Amino acid sequence: MEALVLQLFQSFWNIFGLWDVLWGVIQPVWPLIWVVIKIVVLLIPLMLGVAYLTFWERKIIGWMQVRIGPNRVGPWGLLQPIADGMKLFFKEIVIPTKADGALFLLAPVLAIAPALAAWSVVPFFEGGALANLDAGVLYLLAITSVGVYGIIIAGWASNSKYPFLGAMRSAAQMVSYEVSMGMALIVVLMVSHSLNLSDIVRAQGHGRFAEMGLGVLSWNWIPLFPMFLVYLISGVAETNRAPFDVVEGESEIVAGHMVEYSGMAFAMFFLAEYANMILVSAMVAIFFLGGWLSPVGFLPDGIWWLLGKAALMLFLFLWLRATFPRYRYDQIMRLGWKVFVPLCLVWIPFIGVWMMSPFNIWK
Amino acid sequence: MGARELIQSFSLGELRQGLAVTLRYMFAPKITIQYPEEKTPASPRFRGLHALRRYPNGEERCIACKLCEAVCPAMAITIESAEREDANGNTSRRTTRYDIDLTKCIFCGFCEEACPVDAIVETHIFEYHGETRGDLYYTKQMLLANGDRYEAEIAKAREQDAKFR
Amino acid sequence: MEFTTFVFYMFAALAVFAAVRVVTASNPVHAVLFLVLAFFNVAGLWLLLQAEFLAIALIMVYVGAVMVLFLFVVMMLDINVERVRKGFFGNLWLGGPIALAMVGEMAVMLGGKYFGAEAMPGLATAPDYSNTKELGRLLFTDYAYPFELASVILLVGIVAAVMLTLRHRKDVKHLDTARQLAVKAKDRLRIVKMATEKDLPAGEGE
Repeated sequence: MEALVLQLFQSFWNIFGLWDVLWGVIQPVWPLIWVVIKIVVLLIPLMLGVAYLTFWERKIIGWMQVRIGPNRVGPWGLLQPIADGMKLFFKEIVIPTKADGALFLLAPVLAIAPALAAWSVVPFFEGGALANLDAGVLYLLAITSVGVYGIIIAGWASNSKYPFLGAMRSAAQMVSYEVSMGMALIVVLMVSHSLNLSDIVRAQGHGRFAEMGLGVLSWNWIPLFPMFLVYLISGVAETNRAPFDVVEGESEIVAGHMVEYSGMAFAMFFLAEYANMILVSAMVAIFFLGGWLSPVGFLPDGIWWLLGKAALMLFLFLWLRATFPRYRYDQIMRLGWKVFVPLCLVWIPFIGVWMMSPFNIWK
Repeated sequence: MGARELIQSFSLGELRQGLAVTLRYMFAPKITIQYPEEKTPASPRFRGLHALRRYPNGEERCIACKLCEAVCPAMAITIESAEREDANGNTSRRTTRYDIDLTKCIFCGFCEEACPVDAIVETHIFEYHGETRGDLYYTKQMLLANGDRYEAEIAKAREQDAKFR
Repeated sequence: MEFTTFVFYMFAALAVFAAVRVVTASNPVHAVLFLVLAFFNVAGLWLLLQAEFLAIALIMVYVGAVMVLFLFVVMMLDINVERVRKGFFGNLWLGGPIALAMVGEMAVMLGGKYFGAEAMPGLATAPDYSNTKELGRLLFTDYAYPFELASVILLVGIVAAVMLTLRHRKDVKHLDTARQLAVKAKDRLRIVKMATEKDLPAGEGE
């Protein structure tokens, strides 16, 4: 891949006869440039995905509410996210007088940076991860747990009541659901014997059904079904999406931590939320739905399967939002601590015993 | 909690019911009216932009009785009157000023109810705008112009509604 | 200069800067955030030492959970910043010598002939050596007993904390969510089928 790209550059610059001069300059820093190129190739589709996820969300929710959804800007309204982006880009960022200026501006950056950084370990296809970390799952958990800082700092730095309430809520909620999320992942790690995301996907390609050409039945989601649900629902809570969106809760605390933000600073929170949604969807696909693996034997594996599974999960996110009213705050905490954590604590020994028994299916 | 409720709860039974409803409606025919291209039918009693009407001979209907000014709950109407020759050559009382401030008006329709000669009416026009507050201050000339322009529609709406009055 | 050396000094300088600001920052929230920054840089240093599990665990546990709760508490405090500033130099006679003692100890550890870099060479590791796996193996085999002991102590701490803060107030109405959720429509609502009422014959109604 790298050689191919280099060759392409070489043939392009050779048209002007500048390649040798240029190469002399950039050769020492080429590895760095190559990494940057890879990051850009990853981030541009991601950002487009985020933009069109907002559009798709409005469409889906519109349809479910027997409306049409945005259809005015461009054909079928397809340019709507571009128009929204332009609007936000040119709006003024208002900093409240009594806000802590530096932290106020740092918060959106802290919100979006983990949402993007987490993508570096996601394997899109066989060998297709930006960084094939051996402790990929841990890295992922660590990075996503940092995301809460953006919200908390935004809430505090705004020096305003609703943002502060939103920050309080998000701190409690995200810390609680990380516990059940992590515990659900422990079960996945147990059955796949690895912390490497690519290995976790590969481990789902073995099994009796996979050899029969029915890979879809060998993926983790069937033997670990309760954990699949726990992870999925914790993922929804972790991204502060409806019905767990008490952090924003527009009917209670207006927009929570985002009340005082405008323009691009607000857009960053928005981007972070949707990038996190896509990330959680991709994670569900990788941990439980076989990542890039094809569901049936006669179709080839590939990145399109991962994208398809993630898209399915994203649809579920939107579907949930269109269907359920917001959870009451104490019920959210109850669900996390009194239902999910005990469920995980039961399921971890259960899977452990299963793996030690003669009926072990994960050899 | 019985075993049945427990299974129902852990298999997310009620959630699945809810999800089924939204999924069904996702494919239902959409009822949105595409506004500028499509419009919902309006009643002949629709209360939109005001107009001052004239008789067929061209004389203004308004006799400056000021009932509308008196009844207006938002005090949006201002009237001044004077004597002058009418189209028949008689001396009569007519308005010299008839202003409606549309930024105050609440479109309650009391003015047209109060009018003894059907002079001030509210038309079916609702797609108008002003870029400043002054643009929405309608003077007598503007209201008369509205009346002249939409007389056919106004007369038709009155006729349709006449049997209910 | 090697690239890793440069990275080391960057992390080290930032960690020291952040640690100093933790002490000198007037606003407690800023201090907590500088502590988070210090944690990040220390995690970076550990990564350079190929202790990736420890580095990530530091971020996950301390930055992701402990410091969030710290921030949670500190944000709630309504501290008079001016008053906090006043005592700063008054306590220097105590803090200064302690800091100096710690620097001295570190110098002994790092520079001495028993603990220096030459005395304790790093482990030669195979390319597929997994830090995490090794750590897990040690914790659950050789050190299983101390590990379990530590977890029991933590559990006792959790139970104690809950018991200390849990108080049943009599004067507030309390919602039992489980009971609320267990309610079914038929417990509360009775749907009665009844025949439509007939008009009375004229004259009887009055």
